[in-house]
Amino acid sequence: MLHKHLFRPILAACLLLIAPVTWAETVLVAVAANFTKPMTEIAEAFEKSTGHKANLSFGSSGKFVSQFENGGPFEVFLSADDKGPIKLEQSGLAVPNTRFTYALGKLVLWSATPGLVDDQGQVLSKGGFKHIALADPKLAPYGAAAVEVMKNRGLFDKLQPLFVQGENIAQTHQFVSTGNAELGFVAFSQVIDNGKIAGGSGWIIPSDLYKPIRQDAILMKTGAENPAAPALMQFLKSPEALAIIRKYGYDLAE
Amino acid sequence: MLNAADMATLWLTFKVAAIATVLMLLIGTPLAWWLARTTSRWKSICNALVSLPLVLPPTVLGFYLLVLMGPAGAIGKFTAWLGLGTLPFTFPGLVVASVLYSLPFVVQPLQASFTSIGEQPLEAAATLRAGPLDTFFSVIVPLAKPGFLTASILGFTHTVGEFGVVLMVGGNIPDKTRVVSVQIYNHVEALEYTEAHWLAGCLLLFSFSVLMVLYTVLKTQPVAHPLK
Repeated sequence: MLHKHLFRPILAACLLLIAPVTWAETVLVAVAANFTKPMTEIAEAFEKSTGHKANLSFGSSGKFVSQFENGGPFEVFLSADDKGPIKLEQSGLAVPNTRFTYALGKLVLWSATPGLVDDQGQVLSKGGFKHIALADPKLAPYGAAAVEVMKNRGLFDKLQPLFVQGENIAQTHQFVSTGNAELGFVAFSQVIDNGKIAGGSGWIIPSDLYKPIRQDAILMKTGAENPAAPALMQFLKSPEALAIIRKYGYDLAE
Repeated sequence: MLNAADMATLWLTFKVAAIATVLMLLIGTPLAWWLARTTSRWKSICNALVSLPLVLPPTVLGFYLLVLMGPAGAIGKFTAWLGLGTLPFTFPGLVVASVLYSLPFVVQPLQASFTSIGEQPLEAAATLRAGPLDTFFSVIVPLAKPGFLTASILGFTHTVGEFGVVLMVGGNIPDKTRVVSVQIYNHVEALEYTEAHWLAGCLLLFSFSVLMVLYTVLKTQPVAHPLK
């Protein structure tokens, strides 16, 4: 008797559980390492709001580009620059007219030592340090921006002998946070907590001293048939996602 | 073709590998000898410690070397106390890191060949009143020659090919810490595939020639038993 009464509601409950699973899709996303934290949070919000799941792989943008060129399986690409997505667009691997700037990177001169970096960046001309870390300007847009700042201040030639270069911005941050380099140019997103620089000392560099660090997203042809892929591209422009992007120390494109 | 910066990385790589190999032979020989002969209960622990760099992923090892050799790390404090400054981002730092990373490749072939010599030749040398140094240079070294050659080849080539450790502790400074593996990687990351192919091709050709010469030497000079 009891069984008969319970059978239908249980079956209904089971069907309800299966329902979102059958409609939801999974999208494979290649994410630039510097966007790890915000993207993890955005993926959770994306799943909650659309039911689709985003599987994130983190790495360097250059490596992702060569993987795409050799049959990489990712469906959406969130690059650390605009160079990679433009290249994929031109080589026909990405869906035309889907590229947009999802975030603008902000550069910070940072030291793990409190009081070393003043909030005007005067420390650059004063000196008193042996190493200054930056990301390789050839590979990383944050590195190129750092070079631009030093050139604008007329200090590039003076500081160049003190350069230590990280292969990417994460490694540059390690050089500075371990104290091996007294100070260095890192991403604001790496040292931000509650909208401020957490720990050490830093100078948030005014954006008129360097060209905007455009981080572009693009839909790959591999994802053209997957409804979750364009849904994620759309979700990146939603107020919810934009708030997360801002919270982690990025600016938004106009 | 190769530009001046590429050539500089090849030369620097060769310098690091050559110096590191000599150092590893100097450190590895007594260590391998002790490991081959001792019955101490510390033997297993030491063996395990020497092999440990094989287990750790190079970038992980590099990261901890960066922490240890940095101003807040134990090794960094020691080198600063000696007045040497800290090791990361310097050529000597690169050599030290390479030695730590490649040491098992030198110690293990040496240890194997020392073990295979056995007691007999040493006892015979002793009855001929050879002192320990004399025994080492006129008995052990000739007998263990294949071991020394293998150890040098493996130590050298492993250092040439190393990447993760250098990437972490080097800081990519031209003429000081930018070695060829990092340069190839940078070319690939910058999507400069032609330059990457050229440099990788040169590295392969160079390594192949060195290895072939060494193996030819190894083959044409059979080791004469000094006591026979």
